[in-house]
Amino acid sequence: MIPQQANRLMNPLDQYQQHINRRHFFGRSATGIGTAALASLLQRDGFADDHEKTQAPTQRVGGLPSLPHFAPKAKKVIYLFQNGAPTHVDLFDWKPALKKRHSEPVPSSYIGDRRFSTMTGKADGKLLLAPVEPFAQHGKSGAWVSNFMPHTAKVSDDLCFVKSMHTEQVNHAPAINFNLSGGEMPGRPTLGAWLSYGLGSETDELPAFVVMTSITKNTSCGQIFYDFYWGSGFLPSRFQGVKFRGSGDPVLYVSNPDGISREVRRGWLDDIAAINELKLKEFGDPEIATRIAQYEMGFKMQSSIPELADFSDESQETLDLYGPDVKEPGTFAHNCLLARRLIERGSRYVQLMHAGWDQHNSLTTELYNQCRDTDQPSAALVMDLKRRGLLEDTLVIWGGEFGRTPFLQGDINNRPRWGRDHHPYAYTIWMAGGGTKPGISHGTTDDLGINVAENPVHVHDFQATLMHLMGIDHERLTYKFQGRQFRLTDVHGEVVKNILA
Amino acid sequence: MESELVRRLTSEDPDEVMPPPDSNRSLSADEIAMVQRWIDAGAAWQTHWAFRPLKLPPIPTAESLQPGQSTQPLRNPIDHFVRKNLMDRGLTASPEASRSTLIRRLSLDITGLPPTPEAVDEFLADESSDAYEKLVDRLLDSNAYGQRMAWNWLDASRYADTNGYQGDRERTMWPWRDWVVEAFNKNLPYDQFTTWQIAGDLLPEATLQQKLATGFSRNHMINGEGGRIAEENRVEYVMDMAETVGTVWLGLTLNCCRCHDHKYDPISNREYYQFFGFFNQTPVTGAGGDPQTAPNLAVPTSDQSETLASLAERIKQTEHEISVFNDSITDQQRLWETNELARLKQQTTWHAVRPVQATATGSKLSVLPDQSILTQGPAPDQDTYTILAKSPGEPTVNKITVKKITALRIDALRHESFPKNSLSFSDSGNFVLTEIEVRLVNKNDSDDGSTPTEPVRIVSAEATYEQGSHSVTNAFDGNRGTGWAVYEGRHVDRDHAAVFRFEKPLLIEKDQTLKVVLKHESVHKKHNLGHFLLSVTDLPDPKLGDDNQPLIAALETAPTSRTAEQKQLVVDRHRRSYPDFAKLTKQKNGLVKERDNLNRRLPKVMVMADMPKPRKTFVLERGLYNKPMDEVLSGFPQFLPNTTQHTPEDRLDRLTLARWLVDPANPLTARVTVNRFWQQVFGMGLVKTTEDFGTQGEVPLQMELLDWLAHSFQDNGWNVKQLMRTMVISHTYRQSSRIADEGVYQADPENRLLARASRHRLPAWMLRDQALAASGLLSPVSGGPSVNTYQPEGIWEEASFGKKKYSRDSGEKLYRRSLYTYWRRIIAPTMFFDNASRQTCTVKASRTNTPLHALQTLNNTAYVEAARILAERTLLEDRERNQQQKSQADEETDSARIDRVMKRVLARPASVRERSILLGGLKRTRQQFADDSEGALALLAVGESDHDKSINPSELASWTNLCLAILNLDESLNRE
Repeated sequence: MIPQQANRLMNPLDQYQQHINRRHFFGRSATGIGTAALASLLQRDGFADDHEKTQAPTQRVGGLPSLPHFAPKAKKVIYLFQNGAPTHVDLFDWKPALKKRHSEPVPSSYIGDRRFSTMTGKADGKLLLAPVEPFAQHGKSGAWVSNFMPHTAKVSDDLCFVKSMHTEQVNHAPAINFNLSGGEMPGRPTLGAWLSYGLGSETDELPAFVVMTSITKNTSCGQIFYDFYWGSGFLPSRFQGVKFRGSGDPVLYVSNPDGISREVRRGWLDDIAAINELKLKEFGDPEIATRIAQYEMGFKMQSSIPELADFSDESQETLDLYGPDVKEPGTFAHNCLLARRLIERGSRYVQLMHAGWDQHNSLTTELYNQCRDTDQPSAALVMDLKRRGLLEDTLVIWGGEFGRTPFLQGDINNRPRWGRDHHPYAYTIWMAGGGTKPGISHGTTDDLGINVAENPVHVHDFQATLMHLMGIDHERLTYKFQGRQFRLTDVHGEVVKNILA
Repeated sequence: MESELVRRLTSEDPDEVMPPPDSNRSLSADEIAMVQRWIDAGAAWQTHWAFRPLKLPPIPTAESLQPGQSTQPLRNPIDHFVRKNLMDRGLTASPEASRSTLIRRLSLDITGLPPTPEAVDEFLADESSDAYEKLVDRLLDSNAYGQRMAWNWLDASRYADTNGYQGDRERTMWPWRDWVVEAFNKNLPYDQFTTWQIAGDLLPEATLQQKLATGFSRNHMINGEGGRIAEENRVEYVMDMAETVGTVWLGLTLNCCRCHDHKYDPISNREYYQFFGFFNQTPVTGAGGDPQTAPNLAVPTSDQSETLASLAERIKQTEHEISVFNDSITDQQRLWETNELARLKQQTTWHAVRPVQATATGSKLSVLPDQSILTQGPAPDQDTYTILAKSPGEPTVNKITVKKITALRIDALRHESFPKNSLSFSDSGNFVLTEIEVRLVNKNDSDDGSTPTEPVRIVSAEATYEQGSHSVTNAFDGNRGTGWAVYEGRHVDRDHAAVFRFEKPLLIEKDQTLKVVLKHESVHKKHNLGHFLLSVTDLPDPKLGDDNQPLIAALETAPTSRTAEQKQLVVDRHRRSYPDFAKLTKQKNGLVKERDNLNRRLPKVMVMADMPKPRKTFVLERGLYNKPMDEVLSGFPQFLPNTTQHTPEDRLDRLTLARWLVDPANPLTARVTVNRFWQQVFGMGLVKTTEDFGTQGEVPLQMELLDWLAHSFQDNGWNVKQLMRTMVISHTYRQSSRIADEGVYQADPENRLLARASRHRLPAWMLRDQALAASGLLSPVSGGPSVNTYQPEGIWEEASFGKKKYSRDSGEKLYRRSLYTYWRRIIAPTMFFDNASRQTCTVKASRTNTPLHALQTLNNTAYVEAARILAERTLLEDRERNQQQKSQADEETDSARIDRVMKRVLARPASVRERSILLGGLKRTRQQFADDSEGALALLAVGESDHDKSINPSELASWTNLCLAILNLDESLNRE
C-alpha cells in the first residue's frame, strides 16, 4: 500500500496570508533580469527602465513611485541643527518683561508642576534672568534679533521664525532623537532617511543624505554626536546618512591606497567588471549586475567627492560671505558652503550638526563664541542660495532640540558663571526658503518666554510641515516594521498652514 | 442573514464602510468575495499559526514526490518538504554544486573562513561516499565554528565594549563573549544555553560559567548623561532586557505593548509588565554610568586563575608559617616586655607626665590609661586646653621622677574616633597649635591654677614635620595668628611630635604641678589637637630622638589597662624583634599586594542577580517610569501554554521564565530558533520576519518544514550542531546557486522555495576574515580583550571631541578575527558596514550594496595589506618550489600563480577567460609600475607588516593589485 500523505487541513486564513505573501514575493514579474540590475542599488523598487545615464539636474534616482503625493514646494533640505539647545530668550525671542523683572523669583503660576532636568529640579524660587545681550529690530519685517546675531539679523526678511516650538523631552539625546526621528529612543529612521527612502536623490554620484558635524572653538559644553542622529532605524541601512568627516577624506576610504593611481585603478575595475560579466552570463544572478554598477559608482564618487570638497572654483566674494573659517575643514562655515555645493549637485538632505549651545554656566562667556562661529555662515548660506535661485526649492532650517530656561541656573551675584538649564516648553527655530513665508514670525510665548502663548508648534507638527513642503503627506509615508506601520510623526502632527507661502 | 462584516466591507456609507476611507486602504472585490466564501464555509477560526502547539508534521514520502520529476537526491526530510512545495508549483530542484563551490560555501557558513588550499585538495581527492559528511564534521569540530556562530549572537544580545551615550565608558564584558564561543564549540544544548543566560545565577550551586552567562541581559546600553533621572534609566534598561528576550526567544516585538494594548499584539499591556517584572529585580538603580555596575563578576583568564590560585596557596602557606612562629614565641612575650622596657629606659630621654586635671574651653577632655589625653566631639572651631600634671613616674610602675625639667614634648597621636583615624576632627586630620604655655603651679595656688608663676621661656624647638610656613616656632612666638601644623598634602595619616626646649631647667618641687596650656586659635576650623601625650625630660638639650615613646608608654601601662592599639603595638614589636618573623611578614605583605593588584585588574562582567526583597512592579502609563498604575506580579503571557506549576500568588523568578521558554509545550522558542539558524545558513529565514512571529509577521510558505525542524530540534535535545548538520547535509543546501533561466528566476526571484541554493554577499566582518585568512595574516589567537585594528585616523576623536583617543594595536593583534574587534558603541568600527549597530537587539542584518562598500574593500588598509601579503606569499612559493627559477616570470608561471591566488580565495583555479583577463591586467600594471617605483614602494608600505625586500617592488605592486582585484570579484564577495 502506498502510504497516504495526511490530509493537511489548512486554515483558510493561513492560506489567504500565504497567498498574499506569494503575491508579494512572486509578483515582480515585470522585472527582467537585466532591468532589475540596479534595483537594490538605486533604491528603485524594481523599476529601473526610465533611468537615463545623463546627469540632468532634475533626474531622480530611487525613491517610491507613489511619491511625491503632491507638487512639492521644496526639493532639498539643509538642516542647520544646533545641538545643545540655543537660548531662545537671548537670541530671537525678545522679552522686555524678563529684563524688567530681572532677579525676581519665577512666578509659580508660570511653572506649575512642570518637570525640569535634575540639575534644576523644582523651578520654584529660581530667579529670572534678563537677556544677556541687547536686542534690536531689523528689516522691513521688524524682526527682533539679539546683537549676538548681526548677520542673521540682516537676512531676517528672508526668514520665517517659529517662536512657539515645544517638545516632550528634557535631555539632549532623547530630545534630539525626538526632533530628528519622531521617537526619543534610537531605532527609528531620521528625517533624511525618510526623505531619501521616499524621494530618492537627484544624483548617483553623491550620497542622497549627508551629515556634517562641527563644534565651536573655545566652548566647553559640546554634546556627543551619536550616529543614530542620522540613522536609518528600521529602514534598510543604505538610507542612513553618510557622515562627511571634518579632517582627512570627507568620506571614508574614498581615496585610493597610496601608490595606486587612478589609471591603475581604472584598469583593474574594468578587469573586475569583465570577470563579473562572465559570472553574470554564467550564473544569471541580477545581483551581479548590481555589483558591476556599484563598483562603477564607487569610482565616480572617488572623483565627485574631492571635486565637491575643492573650493577653488568659488569666487573670493563667495568665500568672504561665509566668513574667515570657510576654508578650514570641520568648521561650521566650511560645512555650510559644502552643504550648498551638495544641494547644487543633487543631494536630497544635508544635516549639519553644531555642538556647543549647552550653556549651563557660560552664558556670558561662551555664547558669544558660539554665535560668532554660526551666525555669519548661516546667514551667508541663505543669501548665497537666494542669489543662485536655489532658495526657492531648498528649505533651510536653523534650530535645536529645546530652549533654555528664562530663569537662572547659577548664582545671580556671579555673572561670569551665569547659565540657563534645559527648557522644553518653548523655543525658537527659523526656516527659510522651500515654500515657507519669508519675513514672518509664527507663534508667541508668554511675557517671560516660559510657555507658549499662541499657536503652539509641537515637534511632530514641525515634522509634518517639513514633509508637506517636500510634497509628502506625513500620514501616508509609512514603513511596516515589527507588525506596525511606522511613520515619522507617529500618530500625531498637523501641518502648520500659516507658515506656508 | 447578512454578516455585519460583509455589510461593513460593502457599505457605500462613508461612516460605515471598512476600512474607513481616510485609511487609504481598501479591499478588492475578489478579496471581499473571499471573505464571503470563508463565512459561507463556516468561518473557521484558529489560533495564529506560530502560537499553535508544535506537532511533528508527516514527511512527504519519496513516492509521493513524483519520481522522475527530478533526478536530484532526497537526502533528508528537508529535501522531502522542499521538493513537495517545488512540485506543487511546477519547479524542480537544481543539481548539486561543484565540490569546490561546496567546500567554500560550507567553510564560510560554518566557520566564517575560506577553506585552505590543502583542505580543498583533500576534499577534492576524497572519493569515499561520505567525503562531504566528513568535511561537515571537521568544520563543526573546529574552533572557528564557535567564533562564527558567536557573531550573530553578539548582534542579538547587543554586545559592545562601551556603554554608549555621553561618556561612552569602557566595559569589560568580553569574558561573556568568550563564554559564548565556548558554549557553541562545546555544543551546549540550546535549552541550557538559554537557561544559563537568562537565569544561570539562580541555578542551584551556580558555577562561575553559569553566572557569567547571564551577562547576556546586561549588554544593554547605559546612559550616564548628566541630568538623567536614575529611575527613568533603570526602567529603560529593564524594558530593554525584557524586549531583547522577547525578540530572541519568542520572536515577538513587545515594545508596542509598553504603552497600550494593541490589536495586533498577542501580549497585553498588563502582560508586558508581568514579563518586565522578571527582570525588574536586580539591585541596579540606574544612577551613574559605571561600566561595571554591580552585580558584577570578576572573571579571570585561565592564566590569571592560575596565578591567583598559586598566590592564594603561597599566602596560606606563609600565614601558616607565621602562625607556627607566633605559637613558638608567645610564651616569651612577658619576659621580652620587661627586658625591653628596661632597655628602652636606659636609652630614653622622655617620660610621660601624669595629668591630674584636663579641661578645655570648647570640648571635653579625658585622660586615657596610658596618660594620653583625648578630646571628644563635637569639636568647636577653636579650643584651648589646660592640663595640670604631676611629675612622671610616681607612684606605681615607674620609679623615675623627673625633678629638673629641661623640655616638654608633645606627641600628637592618631585615634580611630577621628575621621580616617587621623589626628583631629578637622577635614584634613590636621591641627594648628597656635600657642603653648608651660609653668609651675604651687599647691597653695587657687584650684584653677591661675597665674601663679611666670611661664617658662621656650627658646628652641624641633618637630617631626612642619607644614610650609606653619613652623613649630610659631607655637611660642606670642602671636595667636600663627601656629604649628603638619599637613603633608594628604589626609594626615601618621603620628607627629615636637620638642620645646626651655631657657632654664624648671625645678619641680614635690607639691608642685606642671601646668600646660595649648591654644588652637587659627582660622582653620576644628584644627585642634585631638589625642596627645605630654612628656618631659631632665637631660640637657634633648632631641626628638627615636620613635619609641609610644612603646614605652605602652610598656609602662599595666597589660590589662592597655588600649587595643597599645596591645597590638607591644605584640608587633615583640615579633619584630625576631628577624625571621620580619622576613615572613614582608613576604606575606608582598604576596597580598600582588594578589590585590591582580584582582583589581580582573575584568568585571556585569551579570544578573536578584535582590533578596523583591521590587514591586507596576503597569506604567504610556511606559513612563513616573506614572505607575496597577501593581502586577511577574508572569507569562496568556496566549502561550503555561506548564509551570504555580498559583497566582507565587513570585516567579527568571529561572521559571527560562524553564518556561524551553518547555516543549512552548511552541515559539524552537520555531524562532531554528528559523534564525536557517537564516544564517540559507541567507533568509523560512519566516522572513525573523524578529516577528506575531500576526503581522510573515506566514511561512514552508510551514511544515519549519515545524519539522523545530520539533526535531526539541526531540534531539536542542542539539545545535546536529541541527546545523541536518541543514547542510540536505540536497537543498548542496544545490548549485546558478539561475537556470530567466523563467525560473521570475517564478521565484527571492528564492523562497529553494529551487536553487541561495547566493548572497558575505557580511562585512566575514569579508575581512576571508581576506586575512587567504593571505595568511589571520592571527590564531582567540579570546580575551578586544583589539583595535586599522581604522582611519580621528574617527573616535571626531565623534567624542577628542575625549576618546584611538590607540591602534600592532603586530598580531591587527589580524585577529573580526569577532574580537573593539566595539565602541557611539562610533562602531568603520569597516563593518551593514552590521547591527549593537545598540539594541538585532536578529537580522541588512544586506545592501552601496558605492561606499565597494570603496571599503578596495581601499581599506586591511584589504590592501592582505592583498600584498597574498601576492608576496604567492611569489615566494615559487622560489621555494624551484630555486633555479629566474625571478623573471613567464606567462606559464604567472598563470600558475593566478590559480594559486584564486584557490586561496575561491577554492578553485581561474577559468581560461578569467585567466586571460587577469594576465592582461598584470601585463598592463607591470608597465604602469615599471616607471613608477616610487608608487610601487608607497603601495608596499600600506599596512604595518614589512614587505619582502628580495622581490622587485614593481613586480610585487603589480601582483598586489591583481590580488586586490580578486578579493573584490563578485564571487569573492559572495557565498555562492
